[in-house]
Formats: sequence, structure tokens, C-alpha cells
Amino acid sequence: MADIFEKLGNLDRRIIFVLIALAVIIPIIFEIVFPNPVGAEPSRDLFDYVDALPAGSNVLLSFDYDPSTMPELQPMAEALVRHLFEKDLNVVGMALWPQGASLGQDAMSSMADSLGKVQFEDWCNLGYKTGGGVMIVRLGTSMSAVFPTDRDNVPWSEIPMLRGITNLESFSLIISLSAGDPGIIAWVMMAGDRFGVPIGGGCTAVSAPTLYTYLQTGQMVGLLGGLKGAADYETLVGIEGGQAVKGMAPQSVAHIVIMLFIIIGNVAYFTRKKKGGAK
Amino acid sequence: MNWEILGIWLGALVTLFLYSFLYRDNPFYKFAEHLFVGMSAGYWVIYNIENVLIPNWWQNMFPEGGGFDWVWLIPGIFALFMLARIWPKTAGLSRLSLGMIVGVGAGLNMVSFFQTNALAQVKGTIFSVASGGVWDIFSSLVLVVGVVSGLVYFFFSKAHTGIMGKTANVGITILMVAFGASFGYTIMARLSLLIGRSQFLLEDWIPTIPRLLGIGG
Repeated sequence: MADIFEKLGNLDRRIIFVLIALAVIIPIIFEIVFPNPVGAEPSRDLFDYVDALPAGSNVLLSFDYDPSTMPELQPMAEALVRHLFEKDLNVVGMALWPQGASLGQDAMSSMADSLGKVQFEDWCNLGYKTGGGVMIVRLGTSMSAVFPTDRDNVPWSEIPMLRGITNLESFSLIISLSAGDPGIIAWVMMAGDRFGVPIGGGCTAVSAPTLYTYLQTGQMVGLLGGLKGAADYETLVGIEGGQAVKGMAPQSVAHIVIMLFIIIGNVAYFTRKKKGGAK
Repeated sequence: MNWEILGIWLGALVTLFLYSFLYRDNPFYKFAEHLFVGMSAGYWVIYNIENVLIPNWWQNMFPEGGGFDWVWLIPGIFALFMLARIWPKTAGLSRLSLGMIVGVGAGLNMVSFFQTNALAQVKGTIFSVASGGVWDIFSSLVLVVGVVSGLVYFFFSKAHTGIMGKTANVGITILMVAFGASFGYTIMARLSLLIGRSQFLLEDWIPTIPRLLGIGG
């Protein structure tokens, strides 16, 4: 038995790669979908907060990511935009990351088409602006000074839905979908704590543990963490067969495989240590 | 073959080339790696000119209505100073630009960063015990004990013996739990990227193969 664990401890890492690949590919091919119950989690907090906003409220949605994190953040964007549209909220999109503006446009325009929402009346995309936190501070005093036009060069004054919006305090909620810096932390620091605007967010799983601290202190109203957060929001919004929910089956199977290898690795280590071969 | 299918095929091939590194380093991987670096550099140069320099600087210096606003020459000169690093004799000029960036960043962030990441967190830790049900109070106690013992672990002015040693041991245990949680989230993030690529290959790329070969619809 000890020999088996020793051999497993020296397993060629490429075999592990193949097993992980199979753990991901098989559930996708057979379209396996696991149930995704949503308990009292930060994703539900964000959903409840959005759900409680009165129709016609302004929500700023900042797409602070690029294609490298699309598998996690784009399903979040689509689910959030759908929820915001269904609640008849005015959605103003923008981006702290250059390519976020295009990804946000994809999410908003596709969802607007299916839900009959009109650009410039129900939603608009201001586009990308460089500057991160410095720019957010400027948004706190004048939004039209930072964005004289939208992404397609339509002047601010010609966009009907922006008429009542002057600065960040015109928004009932700011949601940042963030893959790093600048992102949620900049929004919490420069918009939430400075101007008192409620901040919600979605982030990659890597950065989720760092951002949980802002939930406990009430600096954020809710958070979608990684693919699980996206799947939670899809479930709460009622999206059938969403990309994130579909992704949770391969995610779960691959996690089981990884946990098995962690156990095997530990048993092999302690077996070797017992024999005096490892320190 | 239309442009969409060509794009899918290029994406799929480059994805497979990059994953081939998991077997061993090879020319396909090298090709994809160099292609990525070169294209990224070219893309970013053009993107920054189009989306940063022209709208934020050039169009302010030469407004649509005509004229010339000389004030915008100043940031332009500071930007050129950054390029002065290329030549050793003029490298010192770049310090002026860097000094301005660091100064503005520090001035703007100092108070906000302290407020958001220190004061609010300390307040959250202290007042967390005061409210909620039994489970909330238990969670808050874990939080307070975790924070205090974690800080004790990093307090090196007193030997970690006796009560200090025991508290530091609790601190390192809490830290290990936190690192474990971070590790789990990191795995989830990396797997999400693998799932995204796998979904692309299986759902977007593979269905194009029969179409190209003239099999099926």
C-alpha cells in the first residue's frame, strides 16, 4: 500500500493535466448541470439590493476587465444587466479598463435587444476613460466633464437619460465588475467612502478573498465572487442554461480531482517521511 | 470560409498551441507566445493613441472649434520627459514626470487609503461583536481573535514564548486557513479560464469542422 502511494507521489504531472482536462471536458460534452442552491451569500445581498431599488433609479455599471477574465466576468455582466433592465433601472455603463467598454457594450446591447430596451433612454455606454482612482474623484464633481461624449461620440447633452445626472451622487448604486486594479477597491475608496454612494461588485475568484473584508464593514452592499458568484446571480435572476451555471459542473468535478490529488500527495509525503525519505 | 470561422480557427489553434506547453516546450508554443506578445504590444500602442492620447490630450490642445490651447503643451512635454530615459544623458528628466505621478498618486490616495483600508477595517472589527444573532456573535469573535492573534504573530519585539507563543500559534493557524481559502479561490479562477477555453473549443470550434469538410449542415 505504501509503495502505491509512493508511486502516486512521483506521478508524472502530465497525467494530472490529462485528468484535469477530462474532468472539465466530460461534463461539458455530456451537458451535465449541477443544482446551484444560493444561500445567504454576498451574491444574494447584491441581488436583494438591486431588487429593492425603485424603478427609474440610476445605476452605474463599470466594466473593469478585459477578455482574459471573460469566462468569469462576462456571465456576471449579462446576468446583472438583465436584472437591471427587468427592474426598469437606468443603466449607465463605463469602463476603467480599455477593453471593458466593448465587453460592456456586448452585454448591454444584446440584453437590450431581447428585452426591448432603448439606447440613450434606458441605457448608454460612456466608454473607457484612463486615470483609475483619480478619474473617479473627478466623476464625483462632474461626470460630463470626464465624459463629454459617450463611447460613440454622441454628446452628453444629446443623451436624454443623462439629463438628471450630474455626478456620482446621482446614482443609487455603483457596480464594478473588476479583474484587478483599477477596479472595486478604487470605487470603494474614491466613490463609496468619499461620496457615500453604495458600491456592489463582481470580481474574479482570485481577488474575492481580499474584497470580502469590505462586505463585513458595510463598505460594499454585495459581491459576486468568481464563477460561483456568476452562477448564483444567473440562478437568482432565473437565467436558464446560463454559461456560469453550466460551468459549475466541470468546476466541481475538477475540484474533486484536485482534492483527491491533494490527499494523495499528503499521504505520499507522510508515508515517505515515516520511512525517513522526506523532511 | 467566412471571417467568423477564420477567427474561430485562429483562436482555437493558438489556444491549442499554448496548451501544448503542458506536454513540453515546443516551436508551436513559442510561435503562439511570440505572436501574443507582439500583437499585444502593437494593439496597446494603437489603443492608447486612439483612446488616451487623442481624446484626452490632442483634442484638448486643438479643440474642434479651432484654435490652440497651449496649456496642453505642458503634459505633452512631461510625457516626452518619460521617453528621455532611453538616453543616459537625459534620463534625469524622466524623474520630473515620475515625481509628479507619484506625488499626485500619494496625495490623493493617502487619506482615502487609510480611511478605507485601515480606519474602516478597525472600526468593523471592533464593532462587529455588538450586533446580530448567536452565529453572528460567534463569527465576530472568530474575526476578533483572528485579527488579534494574527497581529501577535507578526509582533517580533517580544519572544514568542508563553502566552505570546500560544497566541502566535493561533494566529499562524488562522493565517493558514486564510491562505487555504485564497488558494481554493485561485484554483476556481484558473479552472474558470480552462472551462472558458474548453467551452470555446467544444461549442464554437469543433462544430465548424464538419461544416468545413462539407459534412452535415
